[in-house]
Amino acid sequence: MAKRSAPEVNAGSMADIAFLLLIFFLVTTTIEVDSGINSKLPPDIEQDDVIKKQKNIFTVELNKNNQMLVEGDLMEIKDLKTAAIKFIDNGAGKGKDACSYCNGAKDPSSSDNPNAAVISITHSRATEYETFITVYDQLVSAYSELRERLSQKLYNRSFKEMEASFDDSKSPEFKSEKLKDKIENIKQKYPRIISKAEPKF
Amino acid sequence: MSKFKKKGSNELPAISTASLPDIVFMLLFFFMVATVMRDSSLKIKNNLPSAEDTEKLGKKNLVMFIYAGPPSDSYKRQYGEEPRIQLNDKLATPEDIPFFVRSEIDSKREEEKDKMIAALKVDKTTNMGLVSDIEQQLRKVNQLKINYTTKKGSALK
Repeated sequence: MAKRSAPEVNAGSMADIAFLLLIFFLVTTTIEVDSGINSKLPPDIEQDDVIKKQKNIFTVELNKNNQMLVEGDLMEIKDLKTAAIKFIDNGAGKGKDACSYCNGAKDPSSSDNPNAAVISITHSRATEYETFITVYDQLVSAYSELRERLSQKLYNRSFKEMEASFDDSKSPEFKSEKLKDKIENIKQKYPRIISKAEPKF
Repeated sequence: MSKFKKKGSNELPAISTASLPDIVFMLLFFFMVATVMRDSSLKIKNNLPSAEDTEKLGKKNLVMFIYAGPPSDSYKRQYGEEPRIQLNDKLATPEDIPFFVRSEIDSKREEEKDKMIAALKVDKTTNMGLVSDIEQQLRKVNQLKINYTTKKGSALK
Protein backbone atom coordinates (compact mmCIF):
# COMPACT_ATOMS: atom_id res chain seq x y z
CA MET A 1 0.00 0.00 0.00
CA ALA A 2 1.23 3.48 -0.76
CA LYS A 3 2.04 5.51 2.28
CA ARG A 4 -0.03 8.64 2.24
CA SER A 5 1.22 11.68 4.03
CA ALA A 6 -1.31 13.47 6.22
CA PRO A 7 -2.81 16.43 4.43
CA GLU A 8 -1.50 19.77 5.61
CA VAL A 9 -3.91 21.85 7.67
CA ASN A 10 -4.59 25.13 6.02
CA ALA A 11 -3.56 27.75 8.50
CA GLY A 12 -4.32 30.70 6.29
CA SER A 13 -7.36 31.73 8.27
CA MET A 14 -5.48 31.67 11.53
CA ALA A 15 -4.22 35.18 10.89
CA ASP A 16 -7.76 36.39 10.30
CA ILE A 17 -8.95 34.96 13.59
CA ALA A 18 -6.01 36.43 15.45
CA PHE A 19 -6.59 39.79 13.82
CA LEU A 20 -10.19 39.76 14.91
CA LEU A 21 -9.21 39.11 18.51
CA LEU A 22 -6.45 41.69 18.29
CA ILE A 23 -8.82 44.35 17.09
CA PHE A 24 -11.25 43.52 19.88
CA PHE A 25 -8.58 43.98 22.53
CA LEU A 26 -7.23 47.08 20.86
CA VAL A 27 -10.63 48.68 21.07
CA THR A 28 -11.37 47.70 24.65
CA THR A 29 -7.95 48.58 26.04
CA THR A 30 -7.52 51.66 28.13
CA ILE A 31 -3.92 52.00 29.14
CA GLU A 32 -4.33 54.94 31.40
CA VAL A 33 -3.12 55.66 34.84
CA ASP A 34 -5.48 57.75 36.87
CA SER A 35 -3.99 60.82 38.33
CA GLY A 36 -5.33 63.46 40.61
CA ILE A 37 -4.73 65.66 43.59
CA ASN A 38 -4.00 63.79 46.78
CA SER A 39 -5.47 65.15 49.92
CA LYS A 40 -5.97 64.15 53.50
CA LEU A 41 -9.14 64.57 55.51
CA PRO A 42 -9.01 65.60 59.14
CA PRO A 43 -9.86 62.77 61.57
CA ASP A 44 -13.39 62.70 62.89
CA ILE A 45 -12.70 63.51 66.51
CA GLU A 46 -13.59 66.51 68.55
CA GLN A 47 -10.59 68.76 68.57
CA ASP A 48 -9.90 71.67 70.82
CA ASP A 49 -10.13 74.91 68.99
CA VAL A 50 -6.70 76.17 68.22
CA ILE A 51 -6.56 79.90 68.28
CA LYS A 52 -4.72 81.16 65.25
CA LYS A 53 -3.80 84.71 64.63
CA GLN A 54 -6.02 86.20 61.99
CA LYS A 55 -3.01 87.28 59.97
CA ASN A 56 -1.88 83.67 59.64
CA ILE A 57 -5.10 82.62 57.98
CA PHE A 58 -5.67 83.09 54.27
CA THR A 59 -9.37 82.74 53.63
CA VAL A 60 -10.71 81.65 50.29
CA GLU A 61 -14.47 81.63 49.93
CA LEU A 62 -16.44 80.25 47.03
CA ASN A 63 -20.04 81.26 46.65
CA LYS A 64 -22.91 79.60 44.84
CA ASN A 65 -22.23 81.57 41.67
CA ASN A 66 -18.68 80.18 41.54
CA GLN A 67 -17.16 83.51 42.45
CA MET A 68 -14.14 83.65 44.68
CA LEU A 69 -13.50 85.91 47.63
CA VAL A 70 -9.94 86.01 48.90
CA GLU A 71 -9.53 87.69 52.28
CA GLY A 72 -12.91 89.28 51.72
CA ASP A 73 -12.21 90.69 48.25
CA LEU A 74 -13.38 89.40 44.91
CA MET A 75 -10.52 87.89 42.91
CA GLU A 76 -10.02 86.15 39.58
CA ILE A 77 -8.80 82.57 39.88
CA LYS A 78 -5.76 83.27 37.72
CA ASP A 79 -4.45 85.69 40.35
CA LEU A 80 -4.87 83.24 43.20
CA LYS A 81 -1.55 81.45 42.87
CA THR A 82 0.50 84.65 43.12
CA ALA A 83 -1.53 85.83 46.09
CA ALA A 84 -1.12 82.48 47.85
CA ILE A 85 2.64 82.41 47.26
CA LYS A 86 2.88 85.94 48.61
CA PHE A 87 0.98 84.93 51.72
CA ILE A 88 2.81 81.65 52.45
CA ASP A 89 6.27 82.98 51.77
CA ASN A 90 5.76 86.22 53.66
CA GLY A 91 7.77 85.28 56.75
CA ALA A 92 7.10 88.25 58.98
CA GLY A 93 7.80 86.31 62.17
CA LYS A 94 10.48 87.31 64.63
CA GLY A 95 12.37 85.32 67.21
CA LYS A 96 11.31 81.68 67.20
CA ASP A 97 8.77 82.30 64.43
CA ALA A 98 11.39 83.71 62.12
CA CYS A 99 11.69 82.18 58.67
CA SER A 100 15.24 82.16 57.37
CA TYR A 101 14.45 80.76 53.92
CA CYS A 102 11.46 82.92 53.02
CA ASN A 103 11.72 85.43 50.21
CA GLY A 104 8.51 87.27 50.99
CA ALA A 105 7.86 90.91 51.69
CA LYS A 106 7.91 90.42 55.48
CA ASP A 107 4.67 92.35 55.71
CA PRO A 108 3.69 92.40 59.42
CA SER A 109 -0.02 92.09 58.58
CA SER A 110 0.50 88.80 56.70
CA SER A 111 1.72 85.35 57.76
CA ASP A 112 4.61 84.78 60.19
CA ASN A 113 6.00 81.53 58.89
CA PRO A 114 5.02 78.90 56.31
CA ASN A 115 4.54 76.49 59.22
CA ALA A 116 1.97 78.77 60.77
CA ALA A 117 0.26 79.86 57.58
CA VAL A 118 -3.09 78.23 57.02
CA ILE A 119 -5.14 78.42 53.87
CA SER A 120 -8.79 77.97 54.63
CA ILE A 121 -11.31 77.19 51.93
CA THR A 122 -14.98 77.59 52.56
CA HIS A 123 -17.60 76.95 49.96
CA SER A 124 -21.32 76.91 49.53
CA ARG A 125 -23.21 73.67 48.95
CA ALA A 126 -24.07 74.91 45.48
CA THR A 127 -20.51 75.66 44.37
CA GLU A 128 -19.54 73.64 41.33
CA TYR A 129 -16.97 70.92 41.80
CA GLU A 130 -14.94 72.19 38.85
CA THR A 131 -14.47 75.57 40.46
CA PHE A 132 -13.36 73.98 43.69
CA ILE A 133 -10.83 71.76 41.94
CA THR A 134 -9.45 74.68 39.96
CA VAL A 135 -8.97 76.67 43.13
CA TYR A 136 -7.54 73.72 45.02
CA ASP A 137 -5.17 72.99 42.15
CA GLN A 138 -3.93 76.58 42.15
CA LEU A 139 -3.25 76.43 45.88
CA VAL A 140 -1.44 73.10 45.60
CA SER A 141 0.67 74.41 42.76
CA ALA A 142 1.53 77.50 44.82
CA TYR A 143 3.03 75.15 47.41
CA SER A 144 4.83 73.13 44.72
CA GLU A 145 6.35 76.25 43.29
CA LEU A 146 7.68 77.30 46.67
CA ARG A 147 9.10 73.84 47.30
CA GLU A 148 10.66 73.89 43.86
CA ARG A 149 12.35 77.21 44.56
CA LEU A 150 13.71 76.09 47.89
CA SER A 151 14.94 72.84 46.44
CA GLN A 152 16.82 74.67 43.72
CA LYS A 153 18.38 76.92 46.33
CA LEU A 154 19.38 74.23 48.83
CA TYR A 155 20.23 71.24 46.66
CA ASN A 156 20.46 72.73 43.20
CA ARG A 157 18.03 70.26 41.69
CA SER A 158 14.35 70.05 41.01
CA PHE A 159 12.01 68.84 43.75
CA LYS A 160 9.82 66.95 41.26
CA GLU A 161 12.88 65.20 39.88
CA MET A 162 14.01 64.27 43.39
CA GLU A 163 10.65 62.75 44.22
CA ALA A 164 10.59 60.90 40.92
CA SER A 165 14.02 59.41 41.38
CA PHE A 166 13.08 58.38 44.92
CA ASP A 167 10.16 56.36 43.59
CA ASP A 168 11.85 55.04 40.47
CA SER A 169 13.24 51.56 41.04
CA LYS A 170 15.76 52.01 38.21
CA SER A 171 17.43 55.10 39.59
CA PRO A 172 20.49 54.76 41.84
CA GLU A 173 18.69 56.77 44.51
CA PHE A 174 15.67 54.49 44.77
CA LYS A 175 14.43 54.72 48.39
CA SER A 176 17.73 56.22 49.48
CA GLU A 177 17.78 57.58 53.03
CA LYS A 178 19.76 60.64 52.08
CA LEU A 179 17.31 61.69 49.41
CA LYS A 180 14.40 61.00 51.74
CA ASP A 181 15.84 63.40 54.29
CA LYS A 182 16.17 66.09 51.66
CA ILE A 183 12.59 65.62 50.48
CA GLU A 184 11.26 65.59 54.04
CA ASN A 185 13.24 68.69 54.87
CA ILE A 186 11.65 70.64 52.05
CA LYS A 187 8.19 69.31 52.77
CA GLN A 188 8.62 70.33 56.37
CA LYS A 189 9.73 73.83 55.48
CA TYR A 190 6.68 74.35 53.30
CA PRO A 191 3.99 72.08 54.75
CA ARG A 192 0.81 72.00 52.73
CA ILE A 193 -1.79 73.24 55.20
CA ILE A 194 -5.07 73.67 53.39
CA SER A 195 -8.11 73.43 55.60
CA LYS A 196 -11.50 72.78 54.17
CA ALA A 197 -14.48 73.78 56.23
CA GLU A 198 -17.88 72.16 56.01
CA PRO A 199 -20.27 74.26 53.98
CA LYS A 200 -22.38 76.44 56.19
CA PHE A 201 -24.83 77.80 53.69
CA MET B 1 13.92 17.11 -23.60
CA SER B 2 15.45 17.14 -20.25
CA LYS B 3 13.73 15.53 -17.34
CA PHE B 4 14.86 18.14 -14.92
CA LYS B 5 13.39 21.14 -16.54
CA LYS B 6 12.50 23.73 -13.99
CA LYS B 7 8.94 24.82 -14.20
CA GLY B 8 8.11 28.48 -13.89
CA SER B 9 11.56 29.47 -12.82
CA ASN B 10 10.99 32.91 -14.14
CA GLU B 11 8.14 33.60 -11.64
CA LEU B 12 8.83 35.31 -8.34
CA PRO B 13 8.44 33.01 -5.36
CA ALA B 14 5.44 33.84 -3.16
CA ILE B 15 6.24 35.64 0.08
CA SER B 16 5.62 33.33 2.93
CA THR B 17 2.99 34.61 5.29
CA ALA B 18 3.35 31.71 7.66
CA SER B 19 4.84 33.89 10.39
CA LEU B 20 2.08 36.44 10.19
CA PRO B 21 -0.14 34.62 12.70
CA ASP B 22 2.77 34.50 15.10
CA ILE B 23 3.31 38.21 14.91
CA VAL B 24 -0.36 38.93 15.31
CA PHE B 25 -0.61 36.55 18.24
CA MET B 26 2.26 38.29 19.91
CA LEU B 27 0.47 41.61 19.63
CA LEU B 28 -2.73 39.97 20.76
CA PHE B 29 -1.15 38.63 23.93
CA PHE B 30 0.36 42.00 24.69
CA PHE B 31 -3.01 43.70 24.52
CA MET B 32 -4.72 40.92 26.42
CA VAL B 33 -2.28 41.33 29.27
CA ALA B 34 -2.34 45.12 29.21
CA THR B 35 -6.10 45.42 29.07
CA VAL B 36 -8.02 46.51 32.11
CA MET B 37 -11.64 45.75 31.63
CA ARG B 38 -14.08 48.23 33.02
CA ASP B 39 -15.55 46.42 35.97
CA SER B 40 -18.59 48.56 36.44
CA SER B 41 -20.58 50.45 33.91
CA LEU B 42 -21.35 53.98 34.89
CA LYS B 43 -24.90 55.15 35.32
CA ILE B 44 -23.80 58.70 35.76
CA LYS B 45 -22.00 61.27 33.67
CA ASN B 46 -18.37 61.38 34.58
CA ASN B 47 -16.62 64.26 32.94
CA LEU B 48 -13.72 64.91 35.28
CA PRO B 49 -12.38 68.41 35.87
CA SER B 50 -8.80 69.13 34.87
CA ALA B 51 -5.90 70.13 37.05
CA GLU B 52 -2.22 70.79 36.50
CA ASP B 53 -0.50 69.73 39.66
CA THR B 54 -1.46 66.10 39.81
CA GLU B 55 0.10 62.99 41.22
CA LYS B 56 -0.26 59.50 39.86
CA LEU B 57 -2.53 57.15 41.67
CA GLY B 58 -0.54 54.22 42.97
CA LYS B 59 -1.40 50.55 42.86
CA LYS B 60 -4.80 49.86 41.38
CA ASN B 61 -5.76 47.30 43.98
CA LEU B 62 -5.30 49.78 46.81
CA VAL B 63 -7.75 52.24 45.35
CA MET B 64 -11.48 52.34 45.87
CA PHE B 65 -13.44 54.44 43.48
CA ILE B 66 -16.36 56.58 44.45
CA TYR B 67 -18.16 58.05 41.48
CA ALA B 68 -20.54 60.97 41.57
CA GLY B 69 -22.35 63.05 39.01
CA PRO B 70 -25.71 63.64 37.42
CA PRO B 71 -27.39 60.50 35.99
CA SER B 72 -26.54 59.89 32.34
CA ASP B 73 -29.16 60.43 29.66
CA SER B 74 -30.54 56.89 29.65
CA TYR B 75 -31.09 56.92 33.42
CA LYS B 76 -32.46 60.43 33.64
CA ARG B 77 -36.07 59.37 33.59
CA GLN B 78 -35.49 56.91 36.39
CA TYR B 79 -33.31 58.94 38.70
CA GLY B 80 -33.87 62.59 37.79
CA GLU B 81 -31.26 65.24 37.23
CA GLU B 82 -29.80 65.63 40.70
CA PRO B 83 -26.19 64.44 41.06
CA ARG B 84 -25.91 61.01 42.63
CA ILE B 85 -23.21 58.77 44.03
CA GLN B 86 -22.31 55.48 42.41
CA LEU B 87 -20.54 52.71 44.28
CA ASN B 88 -19.59 49.65 42.25
CA ASP B 89 -22.51 49.40 39.86
CA LYS B 90 -25.33 50.80 41.96
CA LEU B 91 -26.43 54.31 42.66
CA ALA B 92 -26.18 55.01 46.35
CA THR B 93 -26.77 57.60 49.01
CA PRO B 94 -24.03 59.07 51.19
CA GLU B 95 -25.18 56.81 54.02
CA ASP B 96 -24.10 53.74 52.03
CA ILE B 97 -20.48 54.86 51.91
CA PRO B 98 -19.31 53.63 55.35
CA PHE B 99 -20.49 50.10 54.56
CA PHE B 100 -18.87 50.23 51.13
CA VAL B 101 -15.56 51.43 52.54
CA ARG B 102 -15.53 48.78 55.25
CA SER B 103 -16.23 45.98 52.84
CA GLU B 104 -13.54 47.25 50.46
CA ILE B 105 -11.01 47.35 53.27
CA ASP B 106 -12.02 43.92 54.56
CA SER B 107 -11.35 42.35 51.18
CA LYS B 108 -7.72 43.43 51.25
CA ARG B 109 -4.74 41.81 52.88
CA GLU B 110 -3.87 42.84 56.43
CA GLU B 111 -0.75 44.82 55.59
CA GLU B 112 -2.50 46.72 52.84
CA LYS B 113 -5.46 47.82 54.93
CA ASP B 114 -4.10 51.16 56.04
CA LYS B 115 -2.78 52.10 52.63
CA MET B 116 -6.13 52.35 50.93
CA ILE B 117 -6.94 55.49 49.00
CA ALA B 118 -10.43 56.64 48.16
CA ALA B 119 -10.43 58.13 44.69
CA LEU B 120 -13.27 60.55 44.12
CA LYS B 121 -14.25 60.56 40.49
CA VAL B 122 -16.67 63.39 40.45
CA ASP B 123 -18.27 65.07 37.48
CA LYS B 124 -17.45 68.72 36.83
CA THR B 125 -20.98 69.94 37.29
CA THR B 126 -21.63 68.29 40.63
CA ASN B 127 -22.29 70.63 43.51
CA MET B 128 -19.83 70.73 46.38
CA GLY B 129 -22.57 69.84 48.84
CA LEU B 130 -22.57 66.25 47.65
CA VAL B 131 -18.77 66.10 47.67
CA SER B 132 -18.58 67.30 51.24
CA ASP B 133 -21.28 64.78 52.23
CA ILE B 134 -19.03 62.05 50.81
CA GLU B 135 -16.07 63.44 52.72
CA GLN B 136 -17.99 63.53 55.99
CA GLN B 137 -18.93 59.88 55.57
CA LEU B 138 -15.34 58.95 54.78
CA ARG B 139 -14.19 60.69 57.93
CA LYS B 140 -16.64 58.64 59.96
CA VAL B 141 -14.97 55.40 58.92
CA ASN B 142 -11.52 56.92 59.21
CA GLN B 143 -10.73 56.63 55.51
CA LEU B 144 -8.75 59.82 55.39
CA LYS B 145 -6.52 59.41 52.36
CA ILE B 146 -8.38 60.67 49.36
CA ASN B 147 -7.59 61.65 45.82
CA TYR B 148 -9.59 64.00 43.67
CA THR B 149 -9.18 62.27 40.34
CA THR B 150 -8.72 64.74 37.52
CA LYS B 151 -7.73 64.98 33.92
CA LYS B 152 -4.38 66.41 33.04
CA GLY B 153 -4.45 69.90 31.66
CA SER B 154 -4.64 73.50 32.59
CA ALA B 155 -7.54 74.29 34.83
CA LEU B 156 -7.58 77.96 34.02
CA LYS B 157 -9.78 79.00 31.18
